[in-house]
Amino acid sequence: MTRYARYFLAAGVASCLMGGLARADKPADPAAVSSEDGKYADKDGRPTFNVGKDGKVDFYTYIGYVRYTANCMHCHGPDGLGSTYAPSLVNSLKSLDYADVMTTVANGKKDVSESSQLVMPSFGENKNIMCYIDAIYIYLRARSVDAIPRGRPQDHEPKPKDFSETEDSCMG
Amino acid sequence: MSKTFLTGLLTTGALLSSVLTAPPVMAQAPAAAGKDWSTPAGSLNGQRFSSLNQITNENAHKLQVAWTFSTGVLRGHEGAPLVVGDTMFVHAPFPNTVFALDLNNDGKILWKYEPKQDPNVIPVMCCDTVNRGLAYGDGKIFLHQADTTLVALDAKTGNVAWSVKTDDPSKGATGTDAPIVVKDKVYVGVSGGEFGVRGWFGAFNTADGKPAWKGYSIGPDSDTLIQPGKTTDLGKPVAANSSIASWQGDQWKIGGGATWGWKSYDPQTNLIYYGSGNPSTWNPKQRPGDNKYSMTIWARDADTGAVKWLYQMTPHDEWDYDGVNEMVLADQEIDGKPRNLLVHFDRNGFGYTLDRVTGELLVAEKFDPAVNWASKVDLDPKSETYGRPQVLPQYSTEHNGEDVNTTNICPAALGSKDEQPSAFSPQTGLFYVPTNHVCMDYEPFRVSYTAGQPYVGATLSMYPPKGDTNMGNFIAWDARTGKIVWSDPEQFSVWSGALATAGNVVFYGTLEGYLKAVDAKTGKELYKFKTPSGIIGNVMTYEHAGRQYVAVLSGVGGWAGIGLAAGLNDPHAGLGAVGGYAALNQYTSLGGTLTVFALPRD
Ligand code: HEC
Repeated sequence: MTRYARYFLAAGVASCLMGGLARADKPADPAAVSSEDGKYADKDGRPTFNVGKDGKVDFYTYIGYVRYTANCMHCHGPDGLGSTYAPSLVNSLKSLDYADVMTTVANGKKDVSESSQLVMPSFGENKNIMCYIDAIYIYLRARSVDAIPRGRPQDHEPKPKDFSETEDSCMG
Repeated sequence: MSKTFLTGLLTTGALLSSVLTAPPVMAQAPAAAGKDWSTPAGSLNGQRFSSLNQITNENAHKLQVAWTFSTGVLRGHEGAPLVVGDTMFVHAPFPNTVFALDLNNDGKILWKYEPKQDPNVIPVMCCDTVNRGLAYGDGKIFLHQADTTLVALDAKTGNVAWSVKTDDPSKGATGTDAPIVVKDKVYVGVSGGEFGVRGWFGAFNTADGKPAWKGYSIGPDSDTLIQPGKTTDLGKPVAANSSIASWQGDQWKIGGGATWGWKSYDPQTNLIYYGSGNPSTWNPKQRPGDNKYSMTIWARDADTGAVKWLYQMTPHDEWDYDGVNEMVLADQEIDGKPRNLLVHFDRNGFGYTLDRVTGELLVAEKFDPAVNWASKVDLDPKSETYGRPQVLPQYSTEHNGEDVNTTNICPAALGSKDEQPSAFSPQTGLFYVPTNHVCMDYEPFRVSYTAGQPYVGATLSMYPPKGDTNMGNFIAWDARTGKIVWSDPEQFSVWSGALATAGNVVFYGTLEGYLKAVDAKTGKELYKFKTPSGIIGNVMTYEHAGRQYVAVLSGVGGWAGIGLAAGLNDPHAGLGAVGGYAALNQYTSLGGTLTVFALPRD
């Protein structure tokens, strides 16, 4: 088992990755149908967001914002909107599903030629990212369907009770 | 300007080396740039001032595009080309192509150098694959490649004379800085403050690339080349191993203090000046202490690297206010006394004026009125906090702690000014400073270190100061008093290096892509032209066949292109606010072009 798979395990998503999902034409309906310890899932069991009528977001969406902005923003731009350096993930996630995002973040992606120098680094070894990758995905998923506006979510559900423990054991 | 004065400047400008070996002249700044532009700042004093005066505040409105050149690379183009005699040397971002262009033959390509570099270095270059340019000396062109290869190219043929590896990109170290050449050595620093790299500054022999000395920013005195008891910090001798003593545990080994900024040199003192960057990580809680000597102005002996004096501007940084910006050496009178000054506009928003011989701190004032994280810098030599910024607890991310979002800090992490260098005109006595007018929210949190992986530890969001919509200003500054003389607002951060000329004209570029000429005395706009892409390069000037030219690289990117492409968002505008501020991607797109301007031939 690779090291990043262990981080995935810690984040509780290994089962999805191992399934070897193909790139979907369109990601599934993001509506949350279930939740466990403050983490929501869609009808296929994939992580998703939950936004209340008052704009209050689930804790993962909020942490996803924080971790996206610390680890991805300096290439993909503020709020997932893209930059002169890397594509808009708000757009990308309109067609990428969970497995695509996991694979790209863990392994990286390259488009290098005479006229293009696009390199997405591989973060499989990076705990600061892999321990939060579900949250980052959930945040971007919410952004991609316009469920949340730009900027820091103003209000969020409380920190789930096991969150810190899982975080500590993943970060080591 | 009198003709004799001009010729005097021109001869010394063309023959920098003769200045270096000349008998010491009474406290006189080194030459200005003349026909050639043979070092990144035009002259080793970092003034970016040219004695050329064909283009004046009277005729600058007639400027036209003389010729253009595409580098073939679509990334952020920082720095400026060099001109030596009849040849122009143009550099590009990754893959770091270098072109030699024949000015006698409409810019025909004399040679081209294109290194093969591992593309895995690309994403290690925090915030775009920029390179800040070339140095010239000993018949060679020097380039510090992204992969930290320092290469010397024969200026006539482009053949590789030698190359050395200066650091290790697999650990997050990259080369982005422009080297400078002084006498028989070439000097470079390293990037990687966001990867826990331990910064250093090094000298290599121009003849064969052999390392002459290397001084780390952080570590034991044997690594930093600090001489305890001799090296001074604000006039006081420093104690043994003062750097390590200001850290806890082994954090210093991944402590940052990168050195990717501009360098300058004073032949009178034989000192080389530069700044060091942020301590790693951005989370201040993970590195108690002053974190010396990150965020520091360094004065080292050019021959040995021994530290003469240093001054840490932002002890225990909590905002990513890198201290790497340019050090401009100028001679001016303060309180009726002639002084040899070093002037530095720091990311932290203070403009510092020091005595460059002794390191005495003379002036430290805010060069953007928005700056709020500190009330002032303590200038009382008798005070216990002498030289330290007086930090306001409400803007202290250390004080507010991990996982707390500290809001409305001005300036933002990119600073009231980033690497975009200022210019000085000895004629007006003023400094011309491209600035950012942007604030931020900053939330630090715990991170773990993995070699070669980003090591950041904070989330931040940026926006213009409350009530303002302009994200930049181009200002004239009096370093003797620490006051803004005039200020031209700009819609976006001004991310281009300035040029001052003897024609009483000052030039700079904008992120939308305008090359602008303004009156040096008043700041009045004289000319503007929209180049193919946003400008983050530095404006330079040269003379060829009796005609003065002004040149700039356009090619939007860098931090500016990333942060501003989609427009900033105001986090305090409440729910539902969309794209509160202008988006750069509505004004310009990727490019990589040199645009050269001149007056029409009559
Ligand atoms: C050093 C810059 C950099 C950083 C940091 C970075 N990316 Fe990327 N990313 C890129 C580039 C460049 C591409 C485009 C690669 C290509 O087209 O081959 C990309 C592509 C992607 C893609 C694929 C997009 C698509 O349409 O196929 C995803 C998903 C992605 N990044 C997610 C992330 C996430 C999540 C983070 C933060 C954890 C992140 N990236 C951090 C540079 C970066």
